[in-house]
Amino acid sequence: MDASNYLYISALLFTIGAVGVVVRRNAIVVFMCIELMLNAANLSFVTFSRINGDLDGQVMAFFTMVVAACEVVVGLAIIVTIYRSRRSASVDDASLLKR
Amino acid sequence: MLQLALEVGQTAKPEAVMFWILGPLAVVAALGMLLVKKAVHSAILMAFVMIILAIFYIAQDAAFLGIVQIVVYTGAVMMLFLFILMLVGVDSSDSLTETIRGLRPIAITAAVGFGGLMVSLLGHATLGRGAVGLTQANADGNVQGLAQLLFSTYVWPFEVVSSLLITAALGAMVLAHQQRTSTRPTQRQLSINRFRGDSLGTAAGLPGPGVYARHNAVDVPALLPDGTPAADSVNATLSARGDMLDYKKFDLSEVNTKVEEEK
Repeated sequence: MDASNYLYISALLFTIGAVGVVVRRNAIVVFMCIELMLNAANLSFVTFSRINGDLDGQVMAFFTMVVAACEVVVGLAIIVTIYRSRRSASVDDASLLKR
Repeated sequence: MLQLALEVGQTAKPEAVMFWILGPLAVVAALGMLLVKKAVHSAILMAFVMIILAIFYIAQDAAFLGIVQIVVYTGAVMMLFLFILMLVGVDSSDSLTETIRGLRPIAITAAVGFGGLMVSLLGHATLGRGAVGLTQANADGNVQGLAQLLFSTYVWPFEVVSSLLITAALGAMVLAHQQRTSTRPTQRQLSINRFRGDSLGTAAGLPGPGVYARHNAVDVPALLPDGTPAADSVNATLSARGDMLDYKKFDLSEVNTKVEEEK
C-alpha cells in the first residue's frame, strides 16, 4: 500500500462534501459538509507532510483546524440569528434579496 | 532476524489492513451524510468520519493532530453542531426534494467530473522519489517537533490565528446577543397579573395532570369534578406534540373494578 492512497480518500471526501454543499438545503447540514471538505484537505496536508518528511504540513493542518473552529462558531451564530428572525434553517428560504 | 519489510514510503501491512477497512467506511459514512434525511443522523455520521480521520492521522505519525482532531472536532465542534440542532429543532428534517430544477443531476455530474479529475491526477502525478516518512522529523517527538516549528517559523501566523479565535468568539457573542424590547416583569407585576386577570380560575396555579389512581402521569389530563378533562393540566409542549393520551381509557366505567382474589 502506498501513502498516496490517503490522498485518494481525501479527494473522495472533498468531492462528497462539495456535493453536499450544493444539494442539501438545511443550513446546518451544509455547514457539516463544509467541515468535511476542510477535513479532507487536512488529511492531504498530513499525508503530504509524511511524503515530504517534514512537519510543515502538520502545522498547516493545525492552523486549518483553528480556522475551522472559528468558522463553525461564527457560522452557527449566524444560523441561529437567521432562525430567530425567519423560523427556518433552510438555505432556500433566505432569498429575500431576489424579490 | 526479524525484518520489518518497511520500505520508506511503503506502509506496513497492519496499516494497509487498517486503511482498507476504515477508508471505505469513511467514504460510506460521508455518502450517508448526504443521503440521510435528519440532520442529527448526518451529525452522527460526521462524527464517525472525524474519528476515522483521527485514526488516519495517528497512523501517519501525526499523533498530536490525531488527538487534537478528536478533542476539537468530535468533542467541541460536533457538540456545538448538536447544540444548535437542539436549538433550531431536532425534527426540522430536510425535505430531499430539489427546489432548483435540474440541480441534482448537474451537481452529481460535476462531482463525478471533479472527483475523476482529482483521482486521475493523483494517479498520474509522480514525485520522482519515494515518500520520505517522518521518522527523522519526529525524532524528538511529534509534539516537540511541531512546537519547534510553531514557535519559530510560524510564530506570526500563530499569533494572527489566536487573534482570529478571539474575534470569532466576540463575533459569536454579538450575533447571539438579543436586545430585550420590554422590561422584565417583576414579582409584583406577575402577582398583579395573576389576580387582576380575566378569571380567577388559574390564580392558585394550574391543576396537575393525571387521572389519580388509574394513570398518574404527565401525559393524561386531570379530570374536573364533572368528569371533563382539564386541558390546562397537561404541559403545552406535550399537547402541541400530540403526546397527550386520551383520558377515556382510564375512565371508571371502562375499568374492571372487580377485585380479584389473590392466592
